[in-house]
Amino acid sequence: MRIFATLRLAVRALRRNKLRSLLTMLGIIIGVGSVIAAVSITTGATKQVEDRVASLGQNIVMVYSGNFNTGGTRGGWGSAPTLTVEDAEAIRREVPSVAATSPEVRDQYQVLGNGLNCNTTIYGEDVDFLHIRSWNIEEGVMFTDADVRSLAKVAVIGRTVADQLFPNQNPVGETIRVRDIPFKVVGLLEQKGFSVFGRDQDDLVLVPYTSHMRRVARRTYINNVLVEAATPESINQVQADITSLLKARHRSIEPDFTVRTQLEVAQMATATAKIMSVLLAAIASVSLIVGGIGIMNIMLVSVTERTREIGIRMAVGARARDILVQFLIEAVTLSALGGLIGIGLGMGASKIVAYSTGWPTLTPFSWVGIASLSSAVVGVISGFYPAWKASKLDPIDALRYE
Amino acid sequence: MKPVIQLKDIQKTYHTGEVDVHAVRGVSLEIMPGEFVALMGASGSGKSTLMNTLGCLDRPTGGTYLLDGTDVSRLDRDQLADLRNQKIGFIFQGFNLLARTSAIDNVVLPMLYLQHRLSMREQQERALRSLDLVGLGKRADHHPNQLSGGQQQRVAIARALVNQPALLLADEPTGNLDSQTSIEIMGVFQKLNDQGITIVMVTHELDIARYTKRNVILRDGKILSDTPVPNRLDAGLELSRLKQAQEAIKLA
Repeated sequence: MRIFATLRLAVRALRRNKLRSLLTMLGIIIGVGSVIAAVSITTGATKQVEDRVASLGQNIVMVYSGNFNTGGTRGGWGSAPTLTVEDAEAIRREVPSVAATSPEVRDQYQVLGNGLNCNTTIYGEDVDFLHIRSWNIEEGVMFTDADVRSLAKVAVIGRTVADQLFPNQNPVGETIRVRDIPFKVVGLLEQKGFSVFGRDQDDLVLVPYTSHMRRVARRTYINNVLVEAATPESINQVQADITSLLKARHRSIEPDFTVRTQLEVAQMATATAKIMSVLLAAIASVSLIVGGIGIMNIMLVSVTERTREIGIRMAVGARARDILVQFLIEAVTLSALGGLIGIGLGMGASKIVAYSTGWPTLTPFSWVGIASLSSAVVGVISGFYPAWKASKLDPIDALRYE
Repeated sequence: MKPVIQLKDIQKTYHTGEVDVHAVRGVSLEIMPGEFVALMGASGSGKSTLMNTLGCLDRPTGGTYLLDGTDVSRLDRDQLADLRNQKIGFIFQGFNLLARTSAIDNVVLPMLYLQHRLSMREQQERALRSLDLVGLGKRADHHPNQLSGGQQQRVAIARALVNQPALLLADEPTGNLDSQTSIEIMGVFQKLNDQGITIVMVTHELDIARYTKRNVILRDGKILSDTPVPNRLDAGLELSRLKQAQEAIKLA
């Protein structure tokens, strides 16, 4: 019997018991639907994290002062004042394949301006900071090397700070005060949004690191050094070179600093999402198995119910194979249809989630393929035994069945 | 002319538990093309078993069975299925139509299992011709539950005819029908037989057997008698006689 004719037969048989077919498919629908929805949400989240990691800049290596365990005490990054401006200069001078560096000094201060005030982070940076972070100036200009050398009282502010201190007006040319020291605003940074770890990246004031260290914070150590490697291939080499250079400079056996690459940051940020995907795949396979059992159950009932029909078909010349294929196709139709409906519902659900929560969602094409394929496979596996049972019926017994 | 059915010393023994049941013990029978035979006998006489054997639903445990020249005894399940498909048309007591399936789709059923495939259009045309033959061409779209018992049996006959079999096998075809409808169905059989179709029918009703040409009576798994029917009844005549009688009752 032709596959097309058999398919028509299967659809007709399934339509005869609409409610039952729907309930049978429900297992597969829910399984596939939840997987597609969850995969769409995690993929969207991972994609967003990756985008944000990329927004850090290209080929970035970060050197943090302090270490996970220094002298027996586990401190963590930035917990000990071990990095100096000289370290940053040595890295730029001595490590090959370094494109740019910027010593970073960070402190939280109250900032005043325009009769308003806000609490924000003051970043002391070098001129290369913008280049390293692939960041642009929206209004005005960046401070210059001369400003850095002369400890100039100039600042570039982020969008969040601008909105708080200078709502609906151009902040460039205005003056802000940090610890009672006036800084002239020379530039406004382009909006960057939230970071991988949920920090508002636009909530900052950028000043020359020299000005920050001497005038504002009055300290001699820096928090970390931003380093840009020349090429993506040289990142690991740069990381190793910085480590050995700083070890030699600090004359320490146990390093009192930490060197992280952008890649490691990205891996840390996406690790959760990866675990989630594995977990989802596990749940998916469980729900598909449950759905498959449901299909097998109903197909067994259906074979018993339709014993007489099987007898009639055999009497008029159906071979065992014809009966087998008929019931197998019915089971596959059930599960494949359930899979398709599940994919549709899953994608719809993820769109609703995206719409109502603002999370980005993305349905990977590969998962649509995996979902349809595995639901068809579930149909074949769960339909085979009932179909085989039907095909082995004796025509005389089947015809006599009441 | 070669016989359609040639049975030589057919035996059928069922092994149920400790006792062997000899349902058929040595039946030899030849049926020529164009014959119309009634197989008769009390229950337990072996007529149903013989019918299953003739219908290639079951294989004999002994003897040989040639159907249209083919030795059935040595065929496997698939070959038997093909034989049922091409050489035999079945008609059952309980009609055995597929429920919730239109008359024409029921008639199309045997064509779905033909080894050489027919186009959809050809299937529909042949099914419609078959339904016309039993006078139901206008009810092709009706479902079995919209048809009377007699009409359902006609659909079953159309289904049996659609693959142009060498043999029609009817198992108590009038068992579920009232007397007038029974005569109508016998009329259909007589008409088909007049066109040259070979029919073998199992029945236990003597008056129904009188519409056939030859009566074979079985007892205890053996042929008791095998006689041509004298004074064969004509379904058309009987039907008009029955109607006249009904008119007479009304007038009286």
